[in-house]
Amino acid sequence: MELSPEEERLLESDNETVRKCMEILVALGKIYGAERLIKIKSAQISGISYKNIGDAGLEWLESLDARVVVRSFMNPAGMDVERWSEMGIDRDFYEKQMRIIRALERLGVEVSLTCTPYYLDSPSFGDHLAWAESSAVVYANSVIGARTNRESGISALASAVIGKTPFYGLHIKENRAPKVLVLIDRDADPAMAGYELGKITGSEIPIVDFGRGVSKEELKLFGAALAASGGAGMFHASGITPEWRDFEIPDERIRIESSDLKSDCHPDLIAIGCPHLSLNELREISRLLKKYGKVKKEVWIFTSRKILKENPEIAEEIEKFGAKVFADTCMVVSPATERFECVMVNSGKAFEYLPKLRGVNVVFGSIRECIRRAVE
Amino acid sequence: MRIRARPISVGIAEGAALVSKCPVSFLGDVNPETGEIADRNSDVFGEKITGKIFVFPESRGSTVGTYVLLQMRKKGTAPAGIIMLESEAIVAVGAIISGIPLVDRPEIDVLETIESGEAVKIFSGREGWIEIDR
Repeated sequence: MELSPEEERLLESDNETVRKCMEILVALGKIYGAERLIKIKSAQISGISYKNIGDAGLEWLESLDARVVVRSFMNPAGMDVERWSEMGIDRDFYEKQMRIIRALERLGVEVSLTCTPYYLDSPSFGDHLAWAESSAVVYANSVIGARTNRESGISALASAVIGKTPFYGLHIKENRAPKVLVLIDRDADPAMAGYELGKITGSEIPIVDFGRGVSKEELKLFGAALAASGGAGMFHASGITPEWRDFEIPDERIRIESSDLKSDCHPDLIAIGCPHLSLNELREISRLLKKYGKVKKEVWIFTSRKILKENPEIAEEIEKFGAKVFADTCMVVSPATERFECVMVNSGKAFEYLPKLRGVNVVFGSIRECIRRAVE
Repeated sequence: MRIRARPISVGIAEGAALVSKCPVSFLGDVNPETGEIADRNSDVFGEKITGKIFVFPESRGSTVGTYVLLQMRKKGTAPAGIIMLESEAIVAVGAIISGIPLVDRPEIDVLETIESGEAVKIFSGREGWIEIDR
């Protein structure tokens, strides 16, 4: 890999954190065959939950000493930093989790604690990024047309400190070409369609025809599921996403039918907000609750702190009906979910990860079905 | 004998070699508490990698593997150095943040050349090489 004299100097820096970060980017560049580093607009760092990184990760983060040089966001933590005890989180976990957040804050990373950083400050078409949260990576690449690989928490942090990332993979236009054309039944739920498609196509980039108009929130749920069950870093949607016309339509075709992939466990928790909800989705939940009435089950709603702070009335409206609105965390990375038997979700990503990571059963339904089930 | 290799994680290391012909995942295949290979299907099952120059073809498995090397470093069970035929991001980043020298793509097949137990040195900087007494 070719390095500029300035980049060479960072490899010899007196600051150990800067030196290590540069060493990480150069090693990744070599491994993936990048010719050089390119500047990034922002970084998004995963591996925030104490549940995921443990003491080894916590102590490593605390040992770092540098400042990030681009806008940098934190992925969700293992708890709501204000209402953690309500979630059933113990004090020991709380304290460890806060040490992780403070260690990153000290480096200049914003305490955004969200998997939807694009709701805080959307990147622009063509921006290069180093984002780690897989659903945000897919959204940025596909819906916005920004460019990022699926970084790890550590490589995203290294990029935040250096302000650059190795130029390979999805940063290069030709690598963003679709490999398979997917026709999705117009009655199919996009989250479930993404889940099923990922199982078939793995990390291949699809171009998808939804057969109808879809909202950005539906694209978010589709992409999150696709990335969780398969591993793709982006998709195109015919007539919808910004780069869909830029490539030849692939010959290989797949059809995804409307599915009934609904296990039959009886939910003792209904969890909505993987990825974090937009203001529109929160309003939809509020409308549905007004229509159907008080919930009779535990209902947890997840969004970002910023959306809650800017719209305090929306959480109040939802909580009047007995649901709880949490920020800073999510059902997948928080140990709080583990004490339930069966969780109902509207997310293909949570459908994939909750059984694997939190050891709970899951059942799937749209937001409307989730709320109807909650009031039964 | 000096074998050229690609430097991935910088540093100098020496120790007795432990050569595994099977791919390794640091999450699951290695016990971070004891430093022993825990994968029953491995040709070096039960052997300790602690303080050794650990030689293996490639790695597989979860990204959490990055933190396993860090944990091993903290507990004192980490290998002194790593030689791989082809490295990937999980082990490379784990080695860098744990300060464990790592080289890959050696110019000859080290799985055949190096024998478990023999003394090996790794130099990893601008350039990389492996030294054995032959």
